[in-house]
Amino acid sequence: MDTISSLSQLSPKTTIDAISRLAVQTEGLVKTYPGGVQALKGVSINVRQGSVFAFLGPNGAGKSTMVKILTTLSRPNGGRASIMRYDVVKEPGRVRRVIGVVAQKSAVDLEATAAENLTLQGQLYGLSGAGLRRCVNSLLERFNLMDARNRIARTLSGGMQRKLDVAMGLIHQPQVLFLDEPTTGLDPEARADMWREIARLSGEDGLTVVLTTHYLEEADHLAQHVAIIDHGEIVVEGTPERLKAELRGDAIQVELASAFPESDIRAALNSLDGMLREIAIDGRVLRARVDSGASAIPTVLTTLDSANIRVLTATVARPSLDDVYLRYTGRAYSQAENKEVIR
Amino acid sequence: MSIALANTAQITARYVRAFLRQPYYIIGTLVQPVIWLLLFGQLFQRAAELPGFSSGSYISFITPGIIVMSAMLSAGWSGTSYVIDMERGVMNRFLVSPVRRSVLIGGQLIYQAGMVLLQSLTILGLGLLVGARFSGGIVSILILLVGTILLGTAFAAFSNALALLLRKQESLIALNVTLVLPLTFLSATFLPVNLMPEWMQVVARFNPVNWAVEIGSQTLRSNIDWSLVGVHLAWLLVLMLVCAWLSIRAFRAYQRSV
Repeated sequence: MDTISSLSQLSPKTTIDAISRLAVQTEGLVKTYPGGVQALKGVSINVRQGSVFAFLGPNGAGKSTMVKILTTLSRPNGGRASIMRYDVVKEPGRVRRVIGVVAQKSAVDLEATAAENLTLQGQLYGLSGAGLRRCVNSLLERFNLMDARNRIARTLSGGMQRKLDVAMGLIHQPQVLFLDEPTTGLDPEARADMWREIARLSGEDGLTVVLTTHYLEEADHLAQHVAIIDHGEIVVEGTPERLKAELRGDAIQVELASAFPESDIRAALNSLDGMLREIAIDGRVLRARVDSGASAIPTVLTTLDSANIRVLTATVARPSLDDVYLRYTGRAYSQAENKEVIR
Repeated sequence: MSIALANTAQITARYVRAFLRQPYYIIGTLVQPVIWLLLFGQLFQRAAELPGFSSGSYISFITPGIIVMSAMLSAGWSGTSYVIDMERGVMNRFLVSPVRRSVLIGGQLIYQAGMVLLQSLTILGLGLLVGARFSGGIVSILILLVGTILLGTAFAAFSNALALLLRKQESLIALNVTLVLPLTFLSATFLPVNLMPEWMQVVARFNPVNWAVEIGSQTLRSNIDWSLVGVHLAWLLVLMLVCAWLSIRAFRAYQRSV
């Protein structure tokens, strides 16, 4: 939305320039799986060259489907998509040469060494000889995998295998790198490592990175542009700063001692006369938005207390992407996550 | 084109490396057929005394048959490596790279052909050691190897196609159980065709396993029946190409389901 609205204000000449600077462009992508499950319901995005773009959403939201279509693995049922202006359906061969892909699940050949994995990957892109050897060695060094060079991948840690995945995605120096949940399942240290590496890729190397994540802080930390995707649709998108700025004021969260009828709570809060906005009640948790958290909390607590609604904890938070998610999907992010996992 | 050829060799090398790193697999591949040869060779020894059994020694008769049967048994598991690659995400990584589908299949079939050759030579050597004699000479043995490799790669390609379509190891078990042994028994592996019941003789004529076994039986003749060999080899080649084509097509079905 960000890009489209800004494009429309430009002159025709600059519009063409702006489009040619787009690394990824989709229009109304639809994907229906056999059995009628609609994974994507018309997704349109624009990713500027050299930027980091994040799809944020719970499991099953359509993130991986999006990546599979953009990387030519899967075909859309409707809409169109292009990478570096090559159509993913009509010119898959050209698309494959300009993209690097790191799938959600590690794709390391566990029976081969790290060097063999990288070498074969390079060979598939037509690299060979001394040039390929140089690429393999520089990637092993860059990802701190020199010690793993001649070790069978099966014996490497999960974090090392993940780094090898990313190294393989980079062997042919792609222009657009797709990272499908790059840090899922990694320990905090390995995750921090990976974040540093991703930041470096887009910074120093000018690579366009499209990543999917279900970690809010990951999108917040890495991406210049975030699209929140839910049930196959983009619910909101923009820079993390802009998304957060759209939420006026602070978020307060009050944990109640037990579950009270929602109507009782709302009735009690009615007397506060508009001090609270966007009130949401999930079981024992009450969330709302206020202009100033520090001054609102005492009033809210007193009001609840006089209505005999006992409170366990109360917290104030500056807006986070979590709040953005809550606002646009009507449910808390952690909750959506759990629901998807159970399903 | 040269990249496609190089990629084919590199894919083959990947399987060879993995094979060489699994000692148990090597032993299994080479020892199992040896057990078949010795067991069946002993069990049916006196079949050679039956009227209508033309060749004198049963071990000479059964060695080509065991070579063909072993090729089927190992080729049937070919799809296993695809099932593992699909589960581990390696397949998807290959499919989003510029490598051609035909190269992925071709490279793996060349490896399978090499395996069949290695296995066949092992059985042949052991057969000779325990007394098998081939009056057809070296040419007949070469023909036997070619026929066996064609049959083996055809069946391996079929196994790959099934793996891509069904994506389950169980489907390959079913394939091997329901196809390999029945097709073997419906061929001249253990008994000459003229000793089979009439209906089996009819079925055997359309059984690719029997085509390979009949090519193999030329090793027992001092003059090779070139017209039979030519026709059977041609059909085996057609079968192999059809199965390879099927497995390349099966990638599309696989990609529709991911």
